[in-house]
Amino acid sequence: MWERITEKLSILADAAKYDVSCASSGSNRKNSNKGLGNTGNGICHAYTEDGRCVSLLKILLTNHCIYDCAYCVSRKSNDVKRAAFTVQEVVDLTINFYRRNYIEGLFLSSGIFSNADYTMERLVLVAKKLRTEHRFNGYIHLKTIPGASNDLLEQAALYADRLSVNVEMPTEQSLKLLAPDKKRQDMLNPMTYLKNSIQARHEERKTSKKVPVYAPAGQSTQMVIGATPETDLQILLMSHFFYQKMQMRRVYYSGYVPVSNDNRLPSIGTPVPLLRENRLYQADWLLRFYGFTVNEIVSPHQPLLDADIDPKLAWALRNLHLFPVDVNKADLFLLKRVPGIGIQSANKIYAARKYALLNEQHLVKIGIAYNKAKYFITHGVNNNNYKELTAMQIKDRLVNQAVSKYKPNFSPQMKLF
Amino acid sequence: MHTFIYNGSFEGWLTAVFEIYEYNINEEVVIVKDAIYQPSLLTQEHIVTPDDTKAKRVWNGLKQKLSPRALETLYHSFLSEDKGIENQMLQYARLVFSNKLTIEHNFSNSAILKITQTAQKVRRERHRMTAFVRFQLTSDGLYYALVEPDFNVLPLIIKHFKDRYADQRWLIYDNYRKYGIYYNLQTVEIVEIAFTESNASSGAILYDEKEALYQQLWQQYFSSVNIKARKNTKLHIQHMPVRYWKYLTEKRDFM
Ligand code: SF4
Repeated sequence: MWERITEKLSILADAAKYDVSCASSGSNRKNSNKGLGNTGNGICHAYTEDGRCVSLLKILLTNHCIYDCAYCVSRKSNDVKRAAFTVQEVVDLTINFYRRNYIEGLFLSSGIFSNADYTMERLVLVAKKLRTEHRFNGYIHLKTIPGASNDLLEQAALYADRLSVNVEMPTEQSLKLLAPDKKRQDMLNPMTYLKNSIQARHEERKTSKKVPVYAPAGQSTQMVIGATPETDLQILLMSHFFYQKMQMRRVYYSGYVPVSNDNRLPSIGTPVPLLRENRLYQADWLLRFYGFTVNEIVSPHQPLLDADIDPKLAWALRNLHLFPVDVNKADLFLLKRVPGIGIQSANKIYAARKYALLNEQHLVKIGIAYNKAKYFITHGVNNNNYKELTAMQIKDRLVNQAVSKYKPNFSPQMKLF
Repeated sequence: MHTFIYNGSFEGWLTAVFEIYEYNINEEVVIVKDAIYQPSLLTQEHIVTPDDTKAKRVWNGLKQKLSPRALETLYHSFLSEDKGIENQMLQYARLVFSNKLTIEHNFSNSAILKITQTAQKVRRERHRMTAFVRFQLTSDGLYYALVEPDFNVLPLIIKHFKDRYADQRWLIYDNYRKYGIYYNLQTVEIVEIAFTESNASSGAILYDEKEALYQQLWQQYFSSVNIKARKNTKLHIQHMPVRYWKYLTEKRDFM
C-alpha cells in the first residue's frame, strides 16, 4: 500500500514539475484558530538540483487526461504510466509534509478526466477538507480547469490562496496548432470571472471584515517559451496584458523541456532555453518593479532580448545620452535604472547621501555592482572616466568580465563540433 | 586602556555600555566575553555583572533615538557572535548618544554599515532556519529537529514556529550551542537537555511508526521534481549550502 503511494507520488510529482510556479507568497492567512499553519512571504524549503525553489507540494491529482496537447507529458496519446490520488491521500500528504516543515502548502493541478467540472470538483474538495477538517491555514494553490463552472470557481476561491490558469501558448495560433481541443477563450473566461469577483470581494472586505478571504494571493499564469516561434516582444506584450488587464500577480515563463517527437515541436534533446527564460524574468522584473514599459525593453525593430547582456543594461546602452547620472543627486527613479544598482541599493544610496557625499568606497560597501555601474555614474568630485566609451565598447568590457550562472547550460550546440 | 568583561548575554552587553558611561571612560575601551578573555597587564579590567535596571536604561535610551527597525538591527548583529562585534556595537551606541539627529541611515560611517550588514547576515540565517528545519515525529507525539545555525538565531525564530505550528508540540535544538526551544502547546521555553544525533541514532528516541515513510516520501518527491535537462549545480549549492545538508532529510544521503 505504501509502495503504491510512493509510486503515485513519483508519477504525479514528475508530471506536475513542468509548471514552474512555486510561489507561496502574497497571502496573509493567520493561524488564528490555533490550527495548523499560516502564510506570509513564502519560504523555499529546498531547492532542486536545477536551483528552483521548492516551497509547495506540487502534484497532479491525476495524469489521466482526455486532451492531447502536444507540449504536455500527460497528453492522451503519450505512452506514460498513469496514476491518480484519492482526495484523502492528497490531504494526508499535505498535512504530514507541512507538519514536518517540508513545505508551505499545496499546489494541486490535474489532468482532465471525464470533464472539466468533475475534475475541478475534486480539486475543490481537497482544499475544502484541508481548510475545514484540518483547520489548515497554509498555502493552497489550485489550478483552474478551463471550462469549469463559475460555481466551482467561486468555491475554489473561498478555500484557495491562489488560482491559476496556464495559457501555455503565448498566442492563439500556437494554441490552435498544438492543443487543438483547447480554446483560448476557455482559459480567458475563468480568468476574467475571477478577476472581477476578486476585485469585488476586495472592495467589500474594505467595508466589512466579515466577508471571507477570497483568493488572497490572486491569480497567476504560465507561458511556455521556445516551443513555438513567438518573439520576446510578443511574449512580453502578453505579460503586459495579463498584468494590466487581468490583474495577474505573476506571469511565469517556462523554458520548453522537449517531451515528444512531434514534428510540430523542438525534438527531444533540444536544450531547454534557460538563458532566454532568465532574460524574460529579468524583463518581467523591470516591468513590475522598475517602472519600465515593454517598449523600452523590446521593440518591433528589436523584438528579441539580447542574450549576452541583461535587459536593463541593454536599455542603458541604447540610452547612453541619459548617463552618466550623479549618484549624489539623481532622483530615485533614475538611480534604479542604473545597471548594477538594484532597488535596495538605490534606496540605501538615497538615504545615505543625506549624510555625506558618497564616494566609490561607500558605493561598494552599500553593495552596488560597482564594476558595472561605474560606466553610468559620477560621484563626488570623481568624474566619470568612461564618458568617451561607446555602447559597444562598454558592452564588450562587461560581457568579458561576466560569467553567467546559466552559461554552462546555454551552448550545448558547441559540443557538436 | 580598559577592558569590560561580560558574560556573553545581551543584557550583559547593555550593562557594560551603562558602566562605560557611568565611569565616563573616554579612553580606549573594549568589551569582551569572559569565555574568550585573555588577561593582560596593560589594561584595566572591569567585571560586568548583568544588571536589569542598568540594561533597561541603556535600551530605553537607544529606543528614544532609534527606529524599532534599527533597534532590532543592533540586537541582531549581537546574535552574530562575531568576534569584536560588541565593540562595533559600542561605537554605534556612542554615535547614537552623541548625535541629536538619527544616525541609523548614515551608511557612509563604517560602524553603522558594519552593524547593518552583520544584522543582514543574521537575518539571512534566521530565514534559512525557518526553511531548513526538518521535524521528525517521535512516538510520543513530539516534532523535533536538530540544527546547527551559523549564528545564534533560535531566539529569532520562536515566533515563526509558534505561530505556524500552534497545534503540535515541537522542539528545535541547536546542536552547536547546546540548547533548544520547546513549545508545549502554550508557551515556548528554552531547554538545555542534551538531545543530539548520537542519542537519536542509538535508538534513545523512538519514532512514530509513519515517520520513516514520510521521510521516504519526501525524498521521493524531492527527486521527482528535479528536471534533469535543467541541471544547474552551482545554483543549487548557492541556495542550499552543503553545510546544512546534514540535517536535511532530502539531502542526507548525498553527503
Ligand atoms: S489538458 Fe492539461 S494535462 Fe491534459 S494534455 Fe492538455 S496540458 Fe496536459
